[in-house]
Amino acid sequence: MARIPTTHDPFNAVAEPKRRRILEALGPAERSVNEIVETLGWPQPMVSKHLAVLKKVGLVHERREGRQRLYRVNMEKLKPIYDWVTPFQRYWSERYDRLDEVLQDMQKKEKGNG
Amino acid sequence: MAEKKNKTTITAEPGKQELFITREFDAPRELVFRAHTDPDIYVRWLGPRDLTTKLETFEPRNGGRWRFSQKDKDGNEYKFHGVYHDVTVPERIIGTFEFDGLPESGHVILETTRFEALPGDRTRVITQSVYQSVEDRDGMVAAGMESGVVDGFERLDEILENMKR
Repeated sequence: MARIPTTHDPFNAVAEPKRRRILEALGPAERSVNEIVETLGWPQPMVSKHLAVLKKVGLVHERREGRQRLYRVNMEKLKPIYDWVTPFQRYWSERYDRLDEVLQDMQKKEKGNG
Repeated sequence: MAEKKNKTTITAEPGKQELFITREFDAPRELVFRAHTDPDIYVRWLGPRDLTTKLETFEPRNGGRWRFSQKDKDGNEYKFHGVYHDVTVPERIIGTFEFDGLPESGHVILETTRFEALPGDRTRVITQSVYQSVEDRDGMVAAGMESGVVDGFERLDEILENMKR
């Protein structure tokens, strides 16, 4: 079966870890390419290339202000992806966060005995 | 202020029958392993907070069996069971996993959990889950959609939280 090209499908677009990092770097704010470059420390062409893909699948909005282009996350498009991934991920995160607490407890007890 | 939490990473490549769950812990390997094989400790983190978990059978040794149930606030009960194929202290646990609540039985998952000792008394736990079909796997992660690589979403929690305000 032919796979949908990355540049057309939001699900595939966020399968690329670098693009997820860009979405995270944007966060709830509106940012320029330069600000993202500064945050991530990646070459500007790389950031621009990934931003273009995210824009094409509708995951980010672009707005011109003077000579700058500003980007922000399109939550309506991102939310279905997030909702899909989240329950399984959250299940394991929560279990392992509990294990952290249990391990801390075990370590305290071992120190107490020794 | 609490220290930064370690991140749980789920990796599920499109079209494959397997997925990986990776997590690091700020505790030595022997301890992390023991938290997986001591029933009194295991039961404390086996399920999410909002479910009450009960270990009915727990024999973490080669050929041993396990069975546990989880109850939610409304009294709905979910049951799981499997066998331990290989338990090698303190580095590896291989076993099967089946959810009893599916319409037909036999949808078994093969799970291999490896415990890697890291510098500074830290431990990396990697679980590979192999499903009988891509459909089974995607059904577990979501509802039958072709998946992407699904890690690194944790910070989006913050984004969405901020959006709600």
